[in-house]
Amino acid sequence: MRISTFFYCIRQGMQNIIRNKLFSLASIGTICASVFLLGIFYSIVVNFNNIIREAETKVGITIFFDKDISYDQARMEEIAAQIEKRIEVQSMVFISAEQAWEHYKDKYFEGRPEMAEGFAQDNPLAASASYEIYLNNVEDQTEFVEYLKEIPGIRRINYSEMAVRGLVSVNKIITYVSAVIVTVLIFVAIFLITNTIGLSISVRREEIRIMRLIGATKFFIRQPFIVEGILIGLIGAGIPLAVIYYIYMNVVSYVVERLKLLSGLIVFLPVHQIMSILIPAALALGVGIGFFGSIFSVRKHLRA
Amino acid sequence: MIHLENVSKTYETGSKAVRDLNLHIEAGEFVFIVGNSGSGKSTLIKLLLKELEPTSGSIVVDGLDITRMKRRKIPMYRRKIGVVFQDFRLLKDRSIYENVAFAQRVIAAPGREIKRRVPEILNMVGLAGKYKSYPRQLSGGEQQRVAIARALVNRPGILLADEPTGNLDPNNSWEIMNLLDEVNRQGTTVVVVTHNREIVDQMKKRVIAMKSGRIVSDEEEGGYANED
Repeated sequence: MRISTFFYCIRQGMQNIIRNKLFSLASIGTICASVFLLGIFYSIVVNFNNIIREAETKVGITIFFDKDISYDQARMEEIAAQIEKRIEVQSMVFISAEQAWEHYKDKYFEGRPEMAEGFAQDNPLAASASYEIYLNNVEDQTEFVEYLKEIPGIRRINYSEMAVRGLVSVNKIITYVSAVIVTVLIFVAIFLITNTIGLSISVRREEIRIMRLIGATKFFIRQPFIVEGILIGLIGAGIPLAVIYYIYMNVVSYVVERLKLLSGLIVFLPVHQIMSILIPAALALGVGIGFFGSIFSVRKHLRA
Repeated sequence: MIHLENVSKTYETGSKAVRDLNLHIEAGEFVFIVGNSGSGKSTLIKLLLKELEPTSGSIVVDGLDITRMKRRKIPMYRRKIGVVFQDFRLLKDRSIYENVAFAQRVIAAPGREIKRRVPEILNMVGLAGKYKSYPRQLSGGEQQRVAIARALVNRPGILLADEPTGNLDPNNSWEIMNLLDEVNRQGTTVVVVTHNREIVDQMKKRVIAMKSGRIVSDEEEGGYANED
């Protein structure tokens, strides 16, 4: 193919968009709406997932040691080192008897420090040094607790079966529901967009027929339509991306501003993290649908 | 130039559009094909353009047996034939210049050649001054002249015209026929399918009359009247 023919096809593709304003706008609009819905849905789901993941990291197992070990720092560290070697373990935090008492005092004698003074020289939680263990995956908790029970020297294990069960099931529901919704949305988008592009091409079937009769190759006929499809896909994906970026920034700052109380619970993902996935995915979807949509639609008219 | 041997075309519906056609048109001839609706004229044009495949027989055009031609060779073959239709079939959203240039772009002609050749051919059909206009801004006769310019811009050996004056008034019809005659005098083989009795009778060219898919007469310097 001559280089001039190549540029001619690109130019024609661009001009086709302007010549067929109405259909171009319809195609761009359909892609915009689909990508926008997908983008918004994706932003909500990943943030929700993030909140769950954050919550998961806060679900820990606390172990207390036998009395004789509780006073022996070296023995406790030895057992902790043994536990920390397990791949399930994400992190472990040591809480000394003193820290435990401080925490207890803050919690139960708040505003009445005189009541705690009687214990100044005699820590009632002296034998309560503990380790908090955080797992990589809370689903492993039950099995891990069984393992801990086998370790000699551990007197007591605190953990919440309910919290784990709740998180695991919420996580599963989100994963399944979002997979179904995303799949449905993508199929609806593909269906709508290929239909719109198909319609815009079929109104130009006379043009295609003329091209064929004067000896245009299929390649030559197809190229401008493909360029047109790709451009429509790019524009159709670009606009909702910009809108989502703007909305996300504003919604996040609004929620953070208004709901300061929840700021510990709800941590939004930074916009660049959302966009780093959303931009390539949306562009690939838009361009892909534009590209294949035009190829299939033109092919129908090139068969005869 | 155009040789049809025992060509038949039966559509899927069972209707026989062309029956056992034998036709030979030599290079440089001007031929009218006349006949009523349903006589097989349009099917013949479609067969020559390889828009349709014959059910049997062979069609050889410019030395090429097009009945055996592979699909991917069809565009190259069509570039050897200029074609003009009753409804002009111009690209409505492109200027006159672009409509004609389009046929050259299709064959990947160099830009310099396009810039030289398009004004030349528009001048030949008398539309040099209207190259910026769009089809809707032209009269029917002018639009048909653009279609002829597009058909001729690549210097085809054959020009097929399917009812070229069907949508035109008598004055414009004569202008178009004179133009086709001129094209023929310059060496192009011209095949015109028409209903226009007056033109056929006055031009005194070879007239092939068709009826129910068969050739019923073939006369040098014939007339439409002979067919009735």
